[in-house]
Amino acid sequence: MANTMQFDLVSPEKRLASLVATQVQIPGAEGDMTVMPDHAPVITTLRPGLVIVSGADGSTAQFAVTGGFAEINAESTSVLAEHAFVGEVASRTALSGFVEDARKRAADAEGEHKDVAEKFVADLVHLMEAME
Amino acid sequence: MPSLKDLKNRIESVKSTRKITKAMQMVAAAKLRRAQDAAENARPYAERMQAVMSGLAASVGATDNAPRLLAGTGRDQVHLLVVMSSERGLCGGFNTTIVRAARHKIEELLAAGKTVKILTVGKKGREQLKREFGQYFVAHVDMSDVKRVGYDRAASIAQNLRDRFADGEFDVCTIFYNRFVSVVTQEPTVLQVIPAVFDADPEQSDSGAPYDYEPSEEGVLADLLPRAVATQIFTALLENAASEEGSRMSAMDNATRNAGEMIDKLTIQFNRTRQAVITNELIEIISGAEAL
Repeated sequence: MANTMQFDLVSPEKRLASLVATQVQIPGAEGDMTVMPDHAPVITTLRPGLVIVSGADGSTAQFAVTGGFAEINAESTSVLAEHAFVGEVASRTALSGFVEDARKRAADAEGEHKDVAEKFVADLVHLMEAME
Repeated sequence: MPSLKDLKNRIESVKSTRKITKAMQMVAAAKLRRAQDAAENARPYAERMQAVMSGLAASVGATDNAPRLLAGTGRDQVHLLVVMSSERGLCGGFNTTIVRAARHKIEELLAAGKTVKILTVGKKGREQLKREFGQYFVAHVDMSDVKRVGYDRAASIAQNLRDRFADGEFDVCTIFYNRFVSVVTQEPTVLQVIPAVFDADPEQSDSGAPYDYEPSEEGVLADLLPRAVATQIFTALLENAASEEGSRMSAMDNATRNAGEMIDKLTIQFNRTRQAVITNELIEIISGAEAL
């Protein structure tokens, strides 16, 4: 029974993080979930939120993601995020630009799409608050 | 017989040309390294995406309620061809090979009675296709302001394609780009992106436990398909950028070598001519002295 697993965070442009973790908290589409080693294989889509990784050396790392998906199996967890932010100040400014865009899109959207877009904005705002 | 002065001028001009091509080669080499790094960095994401999508497509794709991006419209009457080329010239056969591949496909489609629409990325390919197929152009993506190919650019192209697809503007979308094999080899590649095709990798589809999907297989697929299309376009753009620099580098290497050869030849000619002039002058002096 292994008690660590491989964690990878990749964006389309580069690999952002690759480390050995004991647990990973993921903002899944249907609610946050914490993944431990030997998890059953799951693929889930993500909503905007924080990915929190507890490293094998006791450190924790946080990454803000705005969407994407996670592939989980017994030995590894991979988060594929279209936009992922590491660090503090730079990510805040980038993120607020992102929120503005999302708001605009929510205002333009209609019907079913409007609900989805507004949920997206709400998630983003929540994420901004969580980062403070 | 060109005069000494003419020869000297020509040697000078070829020398400065060689300097320019040499500099361009070095710039291309530096850019190539950056482009290759970018392509390398993008690989993990694209590979994962590909693996997940092929698994999903295999299980959901067969059912009736598969998304249209995957299943297509059920027709193949209108073809949209996305031709990716470079913004700048002097890169050897880079644009010509893509245009040749595209032209081949266009002629084939037209012969089969299909409707062809063309979207060009990069102006060089547009220029080359304009004369023959200008009436089929529907849009153009300008890349001249882009120094590094970013994912956002690919995402916006993908969005553009999806919008057109949703409006029923085309049934099948194919992209043309150069796949980077090595500095001297770039392979023109034709890839169908809509309806999406995912080749199931036999090694990967067998190994590993079957995945659970949250919220559902269909939900995940619907969420990921647009991203997968964007990823394919992003990969194509990166490969294309690397190919362009590779092609330019080898073209400029050839040009530098040719200039060197030309300088050698001209220098020999210059020396011989100078010798002939000196000999002539001597003969004149001697025969003048003898006449006295």
